[in-house]
Amino acid sequence: MTAPGLVAAPPGPAVDGEVSRRRGWGWLLLVPGMLWLLVFFVYPTVQLFFTSLYDPSGSYIDGYTMTWHFANYVDALKDNWNLFVRSFSYAGIATVICLFLGYPLAYAIAFKAGRWKNVMLVLVIAPFFTSFLLRTLSWRTILSDNGFLVSTLKFLHIIPQDGRLLATSVAVIAGLTYNFLPFMTLPLYAALDKVDPRLIEAAGDLYASPISGFRRVTWPLSLPGVVSGTLLCFIPACGDYINAELLGTPNQYMVGNRIQAAFLTEHNYPLAASLSVILMAIVVLMVVFYIRRAGTEELV
Amino acid sequence: MTLGPGALRLERVTKRFGDFTAVDDLSLTVPQGSFFALLGPSGCGKTTTLRMVAGLEDPTAGSVHIGDEDITQLRPYKRPVNTVFQSYALFPHLTIFDNVAFGMRRRGVRDYEQKASEMLELVELHGYGDRRPAQLSGGQQQRVALARALVNTPEVLLLDEPLGALDLKLRRQMQIELKRIQNEVGITFVHVTHDQEEAMTMADTIAVMNQGVIEQMGPPDELYENPQTTFVANFLGQSNLVKADVVDSSGSAYVVDCHGQKVSVESSRCHTDRGLGWLGVRPEKIFAETPGPVEPGDTNVLTGGRISDVSFVGVSTQYLVRMPWNQEIMVFEQNTGQRPQFRNADEVDLRWSRGNCFLLDAEQDAFAGVMRLEDKE
Repeated sequence: MTAPGLVAAPPGPAVDGEVSRRRGWGWLLLVPGMLWLLVFFVYPTVQLFFTSLYDPSGSYIDGYTMTWHFANYVDALKDNWNLFVRSFSYAGIATVICLFLGYPLAYAIAFKAGRWKNVMLVLVIAPFFTSFLLRTLSWRTILSDNGFLVSTLKFLHIIPQDGRLLATSVAVIAGLTYNFLPFMTLPLYAALDKVDPRLIEAAGDLYASPISGFRRVTWPLSLPGVVSGTLLCFIPACGDYINAELLGTPNQYMVGNRIQAAFLTEHNYPLAASLSVILMAIVVLMVVFYIRRAGTEELV
Repeated sequence: MTLGPGALRLERVTKRFGDFTAVDDLSLTVPQGSFFALLGPSGCGKTTTLRMVAGLEDPTAGSVHIGDEDITQLRPYKRPVNTVFQSYALFPHLTIFDNVAFGMRRRGVRDYEQKASEMLELVELHGYGDRRPAQLSGGQQQRVALARALVNTPEVLLLDEPLGALDLKLRRQMQIELKRIQNEVGITFVHVTHDQEEAMTMADTIAVMNQGVIEQMGPPDELYENPQTTFVANFLGQSNLVKADVVDSSGSAYVVDCHGQKVSVESSRCHTDRGLGWLGVRPEKIFAETPGPVEPGDTNVLTGGRISDVSFVGVSTQYLVRMPWNQEIMVFEQNTGQRPQFRNADEVDLRWSRGNCFLLDAEQDAFAGVMRLEDKE
């Protein structure tokens, strides 16, 4: 019979070897994704950055020369600052509305839906089954001057008799809200679903009224969802141009519309690229600031 | 009995979930300052009962009172009741101190800082105030949950299996701790548990619940020594139940016929007076003896047994004795060194004092409340 001590001896080296082998595999798993990002994200971004510094007197037919022309940024901002302001306002307003619409929805799905939970989640993402463009186009019909919505609102005297919805800021913001609502709802749901309902019961047991319990327990615990939801709404909304294009007029155009026109219509690549770089830089700054602020709340 | 302002009274409380009746027409009174245990297997309705006291479930019928006040319709946050939840339900985003101060701050208690510190001291967690629940061990979290509820000095403190997640050693320690704290603060404790040992160790009064009703209620020793139902007899400790026919129920001791042998049972311990019954004897009350002449007196004897299994467990030796009617009787003998040791296949008689057995209604299932393997921790 073997001595128990020998049998139980810790197989140290074997375990170590296994761990390091596993680590090696871990790095290998990163390779495909990294390659993909390198080719389709890093390279284009660097290219975009260089393009933004090309000499603006060139053209896409004659070619551009790299002159490190930083004045491109100044020109781009000087002529288009109002578009930036509008983009961030529209995106900001749409994000806030999304939060107000998405939070109760996500809350209901997480806590009240019971066996309908999965059905409701599918309904939340159901809009993705049709194209973004088609859905926004159909909003034109809904908001059109002789559509049922406008006539109803006119009948109820909520908007004046000569009022309209299509081709207004309201329409663009409503479109943005609609298109990005699932991106708000899903992370909110994921965060709320993780909140243990017993914690809410405990808050009630400890003299917190439903409102106070929400403020002190549910809301702080759902903050990770709020942060990711607002980011997933705000960031793409800032660069969006489809909603302004289809539901607005040039008076509602956002930076995205200008970038699109500069790239595809005017073929002014340096301008388009510098607008893109500026937009990216501002969004990154805002996001860093926002996460820092939210981070002080000590997310769990 | 003076009940006091912190007495808890349930009056004909029923709770149904769809077709399922979790609590069935239950009435009970817990006097102020007592340590009351609701004991029963999982699904017996004990937690539902507790949640109705806390206001987390609405009773389908009946009413809940604390002192003279009917609190049936009060929302949980307005009840003078706090709960120590089964999984503790500590707020993970708040520090230990903020967890403990939570209730007092919601009520606008001014000196909450001092009180919270004092309470953390009482549960020996002074200096842990700045930590998060996740940084504490299970036992420490348990004490935070207790402190968070106790600091509000509720009329009634509800404990929902508060020790269930702790290992055995820690659980024993916390049982003593909980009892000490209850003595110190004098608040009415209502403790829900499925662990009969825990209930007997801690509570003044135990209500044994089964399938939504209270089977029996009383002090632990009374429940143990004189169970009224097979469920209680089996759920609290272990019992040998032998089929017996009531022959004479006229005197202060009933005489029953147990597979041809006469046995007498004190009438106060008989819970049926005619026909078939279950004669119950606790294994530790029985002495196994070499067959021989019986001294007359207060002893009952069953003869013709044969040892079929012997387990030595240190403090005691546990025998299984096969009787002529082919039933195995459990006998626990203390290892005092003054009793004979038997071996397999030895012939023995079983002897116990008349005051140490009870008689139950044979209508009841002899195996009701028997601990199945999966019920054990």
